[in-house]
Amino acid sequence: MSPSAREIAAASPEVLLARLREERYLADDGLATAIFLAIRLGKPLLLEGAPGVGKTEAAKVLANILRCDLVRLQCYEGIDAAHALYEWNYQRQLLAIRQSGDREIDIYDDRFLIARPLLQVLQAPDARLLLIDEIDRSDHEFEALLLEFLSDFQITIPERGTIAAKVRPIVVLTSNRTRELAEALRRRCVYNWIDYPDAAREAEIIMARAGDVAEATAAAIAKAVRQIRAKPLAKPPGISEAIEWANAATVLEKGGSPWPEAFRRAIGVLVKDEEDMQYLLPQLSRIVEEALA
Amino acid sequence: MTLPVAAAHLAGFARLLRSTGFGNVPEQTVTFLDAVRLLGPRSMTDIREAALATLAPQPDRHREFEALFRAWFWGDPVAAADGKDDEETQVKEDGGGREELPVPEESFPAGEMASSTETLAARQFPHEDTDLTRLRRCLPAAIPKRRSFRNVRASRGRPDLRRSLRLIVRSDGDIFDPILRRRPQVQRKLLVLIDISGSMKLHTAGHLRLAHAIVRNADRAEVFTLGTRLTRITAPLRIADCGRALARVAETVEDWDGGTRIGPTLLALLSVPRFAAFARGAAVVILSDGLEREGHAEMEQAFRRLKARAFRLSLLTPLAADGRFRPRTAALAAVLPYLDDLADGSGIGPVADFILSLARPAKRARDIWREVS
Repeated sequence: MSPSAREIAAASPEVLLARLREERYLADDGLATAIFLAIRLGKPLLLEGAPGVGKTEAAKVLANILRCDLVRLQCYEGIDAAHALYEWNYQRQLLAIRQSGDREIDIYDDRFLIARPLLQVLQAPDARLLLIDEIDRSDHEFEALLLEFLSDFQITIPERGTIAAKVRPIVVLTSNRTRELAEALRRRCVYNWIDYPDAAREAEIIMARAGDVAEATAAAIAKAVRQIRAKPLAKPPGISEAIEWANAATVLEKGGSPWPEAFRRAIGVLVKDEEDMQYLLPQLSRIVEEALA
Repeated sequence: MTLPVAAAHLAGFARLLRSTGFGNVPEQTVTFLDAVRLLGPRSMTDIREAALATLAPQPDRHREFEALFRAWFWGDPVAAADGKDDEETQVKEDGGGREELPVPEESFPAGEMASSTETLAARQFPHEDTDLTRLRRCLPAAIPKRRSFRNVRASRGRPDLRRSLRLIVRSDGDIFDPILRRRPQVQRKLLVLIDISGSMKLHTAGHLRLAHAIVRNADRAEVFTLGTRLTRITAPLRIADCGRALARVAETVEDWDGGTRIGPTLLALLSVPRFAAFARGAAVVILSDGLEREGHAEMEQAFRRLKARAFRLSLLTPLAADGRFRPRTAALAAVLPYLDDLADGSGIGPVADFILSLARPAKRARDIWREVS
């Protein structure tokens, strides 16, 4: 992807919104603007939101639109430089020293450098989209490790010096906000909070994403899910769960269950917490019937 | 160089946000101006979205942000007023961008500062001393630990290939005993917040002596007092002699035995980045009765944001010493879901016991109190 292709895809927030829609990702204006700004300002994009609102999906779709490869770094507790940036291949270095005998050998050659996702992105000849997923799961020291990369798109390796990006990558970070991120990280990024969509847009999303769901079903599901999210649940259902619920209910209905019954039976794909289920079951019939009305 | 009028107005908005504790930095202002230029801007929505994306207000402060935005760009006084109460507007007016705690000064008639100093030194009971001695002795081992992110050389652990290799190269390929490394355990931070309002008067002295023992014996502890405003008292508490330390605290703190504004003071703590960072990954212990003077919306918001940062969030209330105590007040019920512990905080003994048990896993407060009631 050349820089100009990038500019064509992101000519304005509206163009981007339309392109996202072509890829069956229905964004709101705020998200489209944030993506537009991230691309044009050359800054990382930080997406926060409840689980299942489509943060990771946004990055995947964006990679499609810009026609570049997606490199994904999944964060977890304890992730460190050796997993995210680079590591030396010590075994090969040792072997090389032994084999070399009296010859000079540079053991900090490219051959001995194992590139992890962040370094891969920098070394790639064409632009990549780097997805740093669920950054809130990593330790906060890891955030500090990312700062150099996110502000200048470079990594410093003590033995080799600084490696800068050949082509500036596009970086998307996602966070479920299980903890607050460091201010230093937030301010290097273009920020967007993805909220649950309103009922009409959620129905559209379900229509676009689910396999074979009738329009009325999608609308009813969107309404019911909205009701359910307003309840004090431990794990409110995300959009992906709503889509699965629509799919499951449609399958059951084709199998012969009447409508309200199909919704109720498929509830297991929507609510995945025993206590939430106990809380919800008595009210479920009413919610479903109201949504179908 | 001076900015054009339009740009100066935009930059002014960024400054306004900073002065109300949104924690944005000048670098973000530059990005904001860039973003507005890139977007056109064709409408106010563009400016608003650019501000949201680049100045990055925390999601739970979006409404406050909207109110400020309307007030700044539309001169909409009504919206500005209904965003929050007077305090934001008051700080906004001086607009100097200085980091002042957004808690207004309030005059409380009961300013008995001198007498409180004496209370601090006077009452001492023998069993309290043994409790404190126990706390001092056991605290370093009892604070929750986490694995440090750094590797240190160790006699047992994983091989440190990088260092070993350098050693081998230096000695021309001879292989020595490999160097080993390990990620050591370090103490988590301990953040103690002491309510010094009138309703906690009986317990304040004990709590401060506890805090002194904690600051002297933990690696990383921070202590604040909560009253009508927020005061950091870690530095005075570092003095070795307890009596002198508490005398210094008495001089530092200005709102003894006044009213309580737990929510606003905690939010003030969170709005100063340096203070808010103390809570990150820390065990946060709040010594308070949880009796909020006004509505509890701010208290709930503060606890939610604290919980998002803290390793463990505990509220110790003297009221819980009574067997009939249940977290039924509106404020306590609202913050209960965010609490890891809601326990007895009546006096030095129970609090010391609790702090020494911090590293042990416990059921969440919500589940414990659900079973009780």
